[in-house]
Amino acid sequence: MATITLASKRRRSGLAAKRRKKALRTAAFMSPWLIGFAVFFAYPLISTVYFSFMHYDGFKPPTWSGTKNWTYVFEHYPYFWPALRNTLWLVVVTVTLRVLFGLGIGLLITKIKTGTGVFRTLFYLPYLAPPVAATMAFAFLLNPGTGPVNSILEKIGIPAPGWFNDPNWSKPALTLLFLWGVGDLMVIFMAALLDVPKEQYEAAELDGASAWQRFRFVTIPNISPIIMFAVVTGVIAAMQCYTQPLVAGKVASGVIQGAGTMFEPGYPERSTLTLPQLVYNLGFQRFDYGSACVVALVLFALSMAFTAFLMRRRGGLIQAGD
Amino acid sequence: MPEVIPSAARKAAFALTASLALLTTACTGQSGSGATDDASKDTTINFWHAWSAPNEVQAVRKLVAGFEKAHPNIHVHIVGDMTDDKINQALRSGGSDAPDVISSFTTNNVGKFCSSGALVDLNPFFKKSGIDPAATFPKTMNEYTQFEGNRCTVPLLGDAYGLYYNKTAFKKAGIAGPPKTWSEFEADAKKLTVPDGDSYKQLGFMPDYHGWESTTEHYFAQFSPTYFDKNGKSNLAKDPAFEKGFTLQKRLVDELGGFQRLERFRSTLGDEWGPKHPFHTGQVAMQLDGEWRLGMALAAKPSFDIGVAPLPVPDDQAAQYGKGYITGTIAGIAATSHKQNAAWELVKYMTTDTDAVVNFSNAIHNVPSTLAALKSPKLTYDPRFKTFLDIAANPDSTTSPASINGGVYLTTIQNFGYDYESGKVTDLKAGLMRTAAQIDTDIAQAK
Repeated sequence: MATITLASKRRRSGLAAKRRKKALRTAAFMSPWLIGFAVFFAYPLISTVYFSFMHYDGFKPPTWSGTKNWTYVFEHYPYFWPALRNTLWLVVVTVTLRVLFGLGIGLLITKIKTGTGVFRTLFYLPYLAPPVAATMAFAFLLNPGTGPVNSILEKIGIPAPGWFNDPNWSKPALTLLFLWGVGDLMVIFMAALLDVPKEQYEAAELDGASAWQRFRFVTIPNISPIIMFAVVTGVIAAMQCYTQPLVAGKVASGVIQGAGTMFEPGYPERSTLTLPQLVYNLGFQRFDYGSACVVALVLFALSMAFTAFLMRRRGGLIQAGD
Repeated sequence: MPEVIPSAARKAAFALTASLALLTTACTGQSGSGATDDASKDTTINFWHAWSAPNEVQAVRKLVAGFEKAHPNIHVHIVGDMTDDKINQALRSGGSDAPDVISSFTTNNVGKFCSSGALVDLNPFFKKSGIDPAATFPKTMNEYTQFEGNRCTVPLLGDAYGLYYNKTAFKKAGIAGPPKTWSEFEADAKKLTVPDGDSYKQLGFMPDYHGWESTTEHYFAQFSPTYFDKNGKSNLAKDPAFEKGFTLQKRLVDELGGFQRLERFRSTLGDEWGPKHPFHTGQVAMQLDGEWRLGMALAAKPSFDIGVAPLPVPDDQAAQYGKGYITGTIAGIAATSHKQNAAWELVKYMTTDTDAVVNFSNAIHNVPSTLAALKSPKLTYDPRFKTFLDIAANPDSTTSPASINGGVYLTTIQNFGYDYESGKVTDLKAGLMRTAAQIDTDIAQAK
């Protein structure tokens, strides 16, 4: 009995040593990621939470301010709620339209028999344009007084909008700009569409499925993971939208930002203001790091909530086993 | 897809979060007068400035060359085209490439520079050099370069705001001379406006707050407002000067065609710094602008005679005609600099050496910032430029005061101005009270 117990103990300690070794080996293999996670994610996140409760301007030592920064951002900072509304608008409207438009263009190009390469290039090229240059070009095209778009609209008798100069039209104008640069999604969707097994279409055709039914019951289920990818990355990118609204607002407002010019976010009437602009404004212009951290945390929480919602619901897009 | 935050800002954000914990114990704060470097030894200092036009950059080089000739042991590494955002971030980061001496185009940030300790208090340096700032600089310039007794900046040339007018258009409209009161101005602006369908052949004046230099603080200076009471609270709703200023501008907007029509016209105009500026092209007949506009307008070779005058004043302040808004470029020494004595030599030379100030002023057509330079016979200028020298010297001229959070209060007032001129806000008094409360809250948040 005693011999058996001893043997079993030895076996157990041997197993434990093996498990420890395995765990260490696993940790060693994972260490690059763990270090990256700790340095680039966990520490900055904890720091951001910490500093959201501190008063800190980058020079004097930080001092505890309790919930002052949170109260300021939510109750007294006049830009927060408009920026939140604009960011949500961009997430919902722009992402939806970009996915639909990218998919539509991708579908069209896969159906074209000749000149596919030309169309593919034409639709992809705008994506390569630097954001600032693209936005300035759109501000020129959509200039309410001298832009060619309004000249054409006026000639055909359609009331010309104020685009980037009108708070009701500035976000649709931005959406047009984002749709113009939909080349990245088009390429991804094209690859996915070309990957759908032809036999499934043939089988559906034999069963008498219409073009819409083939799209709905063959194409969509096959490319659903790609749609999911486009939506999730689109939502995250829309949450971080910074450059285009800023440039559009500045160009349209007529203020060429000189060295001493004051920052004037969101022209016109805060309609192009986004949350990342507020992080920059509070953190790097006002040097109110505490409040900037609050806005950054709101942005983080929103991104997490959207992503979790999409991954949980999967929008009915990803089938079991995918 | 929407572009993410620029990589520079992202890197800066990361660097910020990653270094915050270290900074909690290692304050980079000010060294005050405790500069220990030997300014007689061979050294190199970094000077960051905001000028970017080729002739201005050349003038800065010439100014610094004059300094290096006088101080052969101090070499200056010049970095131009620096905005306040970049300067502020560099002042916080420190390091060997960070600036020792900075200059900024706006006085709006003086309060922030001084209260945060980003720039050192120069009072001990002035004392050590036996220079009395009050006797060296014009009164207004002397005031806008300090905050609550901390003189962390010095004036490096100044700006004065006045009225440019199209003499040819005035003659054609039968107007004898520039308007001296706002009532005269209103009448002239209407007379000078020539409609063209839903637009304008010539607009008398572009009153919109987006008309570049037509900002709230530039208009309001003519009403001599007091921005803060003695307790540091916003006076926006209490001082009638603001209500008068807003009412005047709104009336101009309404009388000259209405906000939508004016904004539509504005979107067709050339930009502020280009040759197609609407005053140069004759599209607007009167322009509120700084002294630099004269050189730019003349360079554009306009087809009309340019007149220059002070901006009008309210009818009940006619005796004060001649005043205007004063601001200017400022210079200071970084608190993170380890070469503050050498840096002071450069600042002292650029801002107090009469010949240096005069030559620099002659080169970039700004108002000299010392009393001696203002009187110097070496000062050369177009006779019309004299108007701005007079505005700068006028005791009734005003500036916007320094505040702990920089120019945030001015942005808040300006944003209220946009809402009021566009008709989004109709109750002026309630709006002013709300805006004043916002200014007080923002200042409390910065403390």
